[in-house]
Amino acid sequence: MNGTAGAAADSTSGSSLAGVSAGRQQPAPLLRRVLLQGRYEALTMLRNGEQLILAVVLPLLALVGLTVTPFLDGLGSSRVNVAVPGILALCAMSTAFTGQGIATGFDRRYGVLRFLSTTPLGRGGLIAGKVLSVMAVLCLQVAVVSAVAAALGWRPEAAGWLPGLVLLFLGAAAFTSLGLLVAGTVRPEATLAITNLLWILLGALGGIVIPADRLPAAAQSVVHFLPSGALGESLRTAFLGGALNGGAAVILVLWTAIAGAAAIRWFKWN
Amino acid sequence: MRSPLSPVLSINGLVKDVGPLAGLDGKMLRVVSDVSLTAERGQVTALLGPNGAGKTTTLECAQGLQKRTGGTISLLGADPATAGAGLRSRVGVMLQDGGLPPSARPLPLLRHIAGLYADPWPVDDLVERLAIDTFSRTGVRRLSGGQKQRLALAAALVGRPEVLFLDEPSAGLDPQSRALVFNLITELRDSGMGIILTTHLMDDAQRLADYVYIIDGGRNVAEGTVQQLLAREPGVDSGTGSGGHVRTLVFDARPGLDLSGVLPEGAVVVETRAGSYSVTGVLRPGHLAALASWWEANDVMPAAMSLQARSLEDVFLDISGKDIR
Repeated sequence: MNGTAGAAADSTSGSSLAGVSAGRQQPAPLLRRVLLQGRYEALTMLRNGEQLILAVVLPLLALVGLTVTPFLDGLGSSRVNVAVPGILALCAMSTAFTGQGIATGFDRRYGVLRFLSTTPLGRGGLIAGKVLSVMAVLCLQVAVVSAVAAALGWRPEAAGWLPGLVLLFLGAAAFTSLGLLVAGTVRPEATLAITNLLWILLGALGGIVIPADRLPAAAQSVVHFLPSGALGESLRTAFLGGALNGGAAVILVLWTAIAGAAAIRWFKWN
Repeated sequence: MRSPLSPVLSINGLVKDVGPLAGLDGKMLRVVSDVSLTAERGQVTALLGPNGAGKTTTLECAQGLQKRTGGTISLLGADPATAGAGLRSRVGVMLQDGGLPPSARPLPLLRHIAGLYADPWPVDDLVERLAIDTFSRTGVRRLSGGQKQRLALAAALVGRPEVLFLDEPSAGLDPQSRALVFNLITELRDSGMGIILTTHLMDDAQRLADYVYIIDGGRNVAEGTVQQLLAREPGVDSGTGSGGHVRTLVFDARPGLDLSGVLPEGAVVVETRAGSYSVTGVLRPGHLAALASWWEANDVMPAAMSLQARSLEDVFLDISGKDIR
């Protein structure tokens, strides 16, 4: 049958059926597939105006706002030094949770996830590509926020960069897992509502930008165990004190593991 | 089920349950109970059935998108439920809903998908073949239904698959696009690709399919080549008929003619509305001669008369019934 097919292909014009040739198709190497998908998703995210507002504009507005108002007075050497770690944490939540969740929810609605699952990328490659795109956009956010913050007088502890960046990407992993869990289990309209609402609630009251110490006493005990509170607190510990907040790191690892396992268990591709 | 020498797809006794469903008190719903089929290289194999028959579920199990409850599936010799990127690189899938991101533009999207394969179809050639070049930089959300269909077909073909799944490929296509897509499908079939087609448009199946499976209620109800299915007698649940094609003779004459006993066995006469008559069966010259003799003896001259071949749609309605699902 193959021989017949090959002969038939040869009998047609070469250019008209350039897509059908002898030889078994192979997938591109795994790393190339994941890198391609990560680049594609990151560019898609950066070309989306709403995503850009969420990922860059709103965090920068929050940074400027916290620097020129007295909300954070008395918590550190300067307002900007206290504000920047929380803004970086806000960036991670914007991109990994809200932005990624909404994009994934609508990709699911439009059958994009199903289609890509049938290509050599597969479901694993698709998720890896999404994680990669979150990390790439987050790197860009860190660069932009750091540059603006430096202009505003930000002087972080040098020893805080390593634990700070490690915890920032750990927080992004936790928020990516949570975003995929929401996007994979409810309708995209609900994903849109839930992730935007949580962005506002956690951003304002979740200990991410405003330290738990400044929140009502009843909220403080809860906030420490939220991914937003753990990430905000651990970044402030790193960039203000140059230390690693082990307890907060454990909380972020637990959120990543639990939300990731739940997403694997309940994510609906169709 | 036929037994081809080198099937690209072989499904045996497929069973698929979904749920648990709240509407069924938490019980599972069996959407496919026993479907078997094979598809061969260099052929278009059509899977037909009414809404809810289990076509899409069957195909999604074959594509590895859904896990089956029971039965076996072999796609290019591998189990699609567990196979990896190697198998997926040899299979192209055009989904019913396209699966295209609305924010994407056709050319960058196709180039991205092409990058997932070691030796993809040259994108420029594919774009030209499917006349995508006229809208290659327009956002997917702004494309017409037919343009989206052509793009979805290109996305399924860019990996130069050995097996191609097409779910409603001509939905939304204008006549020109339909001809273009059908010509390409025919060329791909002739070049050795195994094509599995599902459609609600019986004209498409009749024109393209080399072999047809009809499923209903999650199980096979008929199969055969188009010619074999057209030879089925109305009301026969299985088999391939008694030879010869079922045809319908339609004529208009005065109302109320009593034609009982006029025609030889094998033909059914119905007055479909006042003065319009339909004679259906494996009609032979003897039927026409008997009818003409009766007309002459009773001084009946039809005002209009036509002989119609039975279509695949007639066969489909005969098998699956005319109730709306």
